Amino acid sequence: MLRYVEAKKIEKVVEELCFEANIFLRSDVEKALKRSCCSEKKNSISREMMEILLENARIARRKNLPICQDTGVATVFVDIGQNVVIKGGLLRDAVTRGVKASYEKNCFRKSVVEDPLIRKNTGTNTPCIMHMDIVKGDRVKISVMPKGFGSENKSRIKMMNPTSTDKDIVDFCVETVKLAGPDACPPFILGIGIGGTTEYSAYLAKKALLRPVGKYNPKKHIQKIEKNIQKRVNGLKIGVMGLGGASTVLGVNIETAPTHIAGLPVAVNISCHALRSATCKI
Amino acid sequence: MGKIKKIHTPLDKKTILSLKHGDKIFLSGKIFALRDQAHLRITQLFKNGKKIPFDIKGKVIYYCGPTPAKNRIIGSCGPTTSGRMDKFTGVLLNKGLAGMIGKGSRSKDVIQAIKSNGAVYFIAPAGAGAYLSEKVTSCRMIAFKDLGPEAVYELEVLNFPLVVAVDRKGKNIYDRLQMNCK
Repeated sequence: MLRYVEAKKIEKVVEELCFEANIFLRSDVEKALKRSCCSEKKNSISREMMEILLENARIARRKNLPICQDTGVATVFVDIGQNVVIKGGLLRDAVTRGVKASYEKNCFRKSVVEDPLIRKNTGTNTPCIMHMDIVKGDRVKISVMPKGFGSENKSRIKMMNPTSTDKDIVDFCVETVKLAGPDACPPFILGIGIGGTTEYSAYLAKKALLRPVGKYNPKKHIQKIEKNIQKRVNGLKIGVMGLGGASTVLGVNIETAPTHIAGLPVAVNISCHALRSATCKI
Repeated sequence: MGKIKKIHTPLDKKTILSLKHGDKIFLSGKIFALRDQAHLRITQLFKNGKKIPFDIKGKVIYYCGPTPAKNRIIGSCGPTTSGRMDKFTGVLLNKGLAGMIGKGSRSKDVIQAIKSNGAVYFIAPAGAGAYLSEKVTSCRMIAFKDLGPEAVYELEVLNFPLVVAVDRKGKNIYDRLQMNCK
């Protein structure tokens, strides 16, 4: 049975998701921040900064203000059930119109430049980045992740050897956080993609950030690596704003994919503490 | 944690001398929001011997591109990564810039230029743009309108919460991290 979904409906949903993601801090992220705040020493500057971050989330919510001025490049994940037919327009156009409308209406910052070298601002925050997948069923699942570039700039990828050990992987991830240091708004959430190809591991790293903070990978051997990275990174004591303290990462999310006999791609996407996304199923 | 020092812009030499890395600050007065593209233009104007649209002598600049205001003075307005401005900063400091506000670490060259010019570098709570917007009492675009979110804004702030990251002696709060992150 085919199911028809209006392009107009998709546009509206994307518009609402952009609003929700930019204004309301994800509840899993806020909970993780609260936990981290409590683990900082009383009266320390780190504790005080964590309290400011929590206050920031409350102000954003109350006053409909963006959590962060870098309202990012809108990264839109669309999973389309193969029984869905989009009616009344093109999917890509509908998503673009939704992003454009939300960024204009809600006074979000337009941070997209038309050409990476000429660098003229498009004034609409579009085009957005779209990742589409055809899946089973008759629903359309859309997730919008506005990703700021303070943290995006510090993300890295490495094509490792197939005989690399777990420790080699962890070392690379820890090194990536060291290089990011205080610049990328710690405490971080790390999205890590292991396997696939160069571009697929980078996609997985970004997608891993959609998973709630604190929910580990179901595969035990991957979970072990997640926990190990978390422990070692927190041992760096970079802390909130680089001021030291217990919290350098709030969470580590790894996603994996099958890969080639000759390789082991590892991509690390760093997210700042203001990890933003919103999801809806039509 | 020490008590909070309240200071005002323009920053005089005596005030700058009194600031130590790690000090907590409430800054009030005028600051100028500018970032990547405005830095590029200003340094090119200097290079060509032309006038820049505002005087930077004794001023404090804030690495920030705010969200547009909607029925309020300013939108979210947290700091952006200072390191991207490092390659322009020496020129600005030599022209008399007194202070900078941003987030993250600075290059060795910038720290040396802060020292030799008797300037200061502050960090503001990063990723707290909504919180910081409440500390802004006026906002006016003063140059490079065509740059959109990267235009130059003159902001008036009241009790803007900062930490001294590099003081006039070149002492840096991030020195501690060099050990951990080697």
